[in-house]
Amino acid sequence: MKNNISHPLILEVDRLKTWFSVKRGILSKIVGYVRAVDGVSLNICQGETLGLVGESGCGKTTLGRTILGLEKAYDGNIFFMGKDLLSLKQKEFARLRSSIQVIFQDPMSSLNPRMNVLDIITEGLMRFRRGKKSKEQHAKELVNNVGLDNNSIYRYPHEFSGGQRQRINIARAISLKPDLIICDEPVSALDVSVQAQIINLLMDLKDQFHLSYLFISHDLSVIGNIADRIAVMYLGRIMEQGTARNIIEDPKHPYTKALINAVPKPGINTGRLNKRVVLKGEIPSPMAPPGGCRFHTRCQKCMDICKVNEPGKTMLGESDVWCHLYSSKRKVP
Amino acid sequence: MNNKKLLEIGNLTVGFETDEGNFNAVDQVSFHINKGEVLGLVGESGCGKSVTALSIPKLLPMPPGRIINGRILFKGNDLLTLDSRKLKSIRGAEISMIFQEPASALSPLHRIGSQMVEAIRLHSNRSKKDAWNLAEDWIKRVGISDASERMYAYPHQISGGMRQRVMIAMALMTKPDLIIADEPTTALDVTIQLQIFELIKEMKYSDTSILLITHDMGVIWEMCDRVLVMYASRIVEEGTLIDIFSNPSHPYTIGLLKSIPKLGSRSKKLFAIPGSVPSPFNYPQGCHFTDRCPYAFDRCKKEKPLLEEFKNGHKAACFYVNP
Repeated sequence: MKNNISHPLILEVDRLKTWFSVKRGILSKIVGYVRAVDGVSLNICQGETLGLVGESGCGKTTLGRTILGLEKAYDGNIFFMGKDLLSLKQKEFARLRSSIQVIFQDPMSSLNPRMNVLDIITEGLMRFRRGKKSKEQHAKELVNNVGLDNNSIYRYPHEFSGGQRQRINIARAISLKPDLIICDEPVSALDVSVQAQIINLLMDLKDQFHLSYLFISHDLSVIGNIADRIAVMYLGRIMEQGTARNIIEDPKHPYTKALINAVPKPGINTGRLNKRVVLKGEIPSPMAPPGGCRFHTRCQKCMDICKVNEPGKTMLGESDVWCHLYSSKRKVP
Repeated sequence: MNNKKLLEIGNLTVGFETDEGNFNAVDQVSFHINKGEVLGLVGESGCGKSVTALSIPKLLPMPPGRIINGRILFKGNDLLTLDSRKLKSIRGAEISMIFQEPASALSPLHRIGSQMVEAIRLHSNRSKKDAWNLAEDWIKRVGISDASERMYAYPHQISGGMRQRVMIAMALMTKPDLIIADEPTTALDVTIQLQIFELIKEMKYSDTSILLITHDMGVIWEMCDRVLVMYASRIVEEGTLIDIFSNPSHPYTIGLLKSIPKLGSRSKKLFAIPGSVPSPFNYPQGCHFTDRCPYAFDRCKKEKPLLEEFKNGHKAACFYVNP
């Protein structure tokens, strides 16, 4: 999908902050905040897949959980279908929330071991009492959609392999005909040969049910293959955002470049380690993120201004970059 | 490179006895590691790669595990017949291990420094102070800043990447001949993974051999000289890095390489190997890959293919390749 203008916005996240308070002592005094998500803006159009990529601890999962209402936002807005999720009454939120579903990373711990597949995938349907078909009919239709056979609805999660369990999770996610599915590392726990099956399934279902995805992953090769647009996150902030092609083939931000550089590229003769630039150091603590640009402590192109001023958004063609290298004011004021 | 064999494994079969029945996690596996070589063992979860690795220094919990058959020759001695005292002196000194999860491989109750000192003193008669200095020196060498302070840190006080650096320091400081690294970077981010690769390559002595176990073809590509591909408890292909990547021969290797999403190439559909790995309780009778193989014919269902050479050290266990 190249042209997003004709497609209405389905999700709009505006300067969202999710902070976790850190408490100490017997009076549980708040001594600081973990700024997991610290001012993130992004949007998703209908039928689009937005890939959100970043290292562990960058806040990508927290962002997804905040959109789902599983974490409380500290500040900012989340508009879904034009309504602000954060200010809705509980009843209305629950109704709207059924249009946002989630697929988690670990296919085992996200399925109740004491429920059979039938109950697992129709739990949402029963709660919202949708459709006229019987529970079994619904369930059979759903498992067929995800490539499992009819008999599987009477079995329990432990009887399935990892890939099949993830199919059950997907069946549950599509049961309420959602508009948006948040996929939080849905294939990271799976083997490569199964991973491709699940990715293909997700892509097929997207076309079949007109879904939009927020696809969260640490794996750029996976994201690069399926996302229409990619947002790169680092320490609670978006560093760069643009079409998948732009991000992968022509990254602008030094962090995006380093990430792409670090991905092993088997079979490409020039790709072996010795010629590559290794990113020094580790991700700083989100409790005390560095001043100025958050990436400056590890950046090879770090300038004086990066340590002082936080970079604003620079639009470069189809990409948005938050980096002083591309901004017009590069001197310390 | 000196082509002397450091480790030679012949016909290793490891079984497990469980309540649901017995099965073989490793089925007649044979391979060798040359001096100074990095040998990669790649396969999906449950294929038996970790069991193979743990069997070498006899770290496999027995029971439920049981070495049914085979020999493990390390510098000419069969490790399987050595007594436990001798084995202890080899473990950690001549063969050391790096595990996937450094948080659980380090003791949470002991400071980094004292854990390292313990390991050093177990294999040499250095004084405590001497050992402490050596440990601190290694902490510095693996790129941890403020080494003298970090020596007093507990494992939970440092990051995952740093814990793995400590593990690498511990694995290397006894100057072992063989390092068995079981998924050493799986728990780490790509940027940290790259740092660890570089560290291992830089730190490794030229005649240290590494057996690198991973599920990730990308890791194999970055690190290895030679590769073994394992599927459902058997080795299905063996070859040099170039053999495996530019001329994969076993249908499983071909499928595995094709199904890796590649950066920069967007396709409408990813290639996927149909079906899933069979359960070890009901492996197909002949070749274990039969049910998922696009080339399978009658013979594959009945007979077990042996790992046979078909071109200059490039081996495959497949009737399609070796008719």
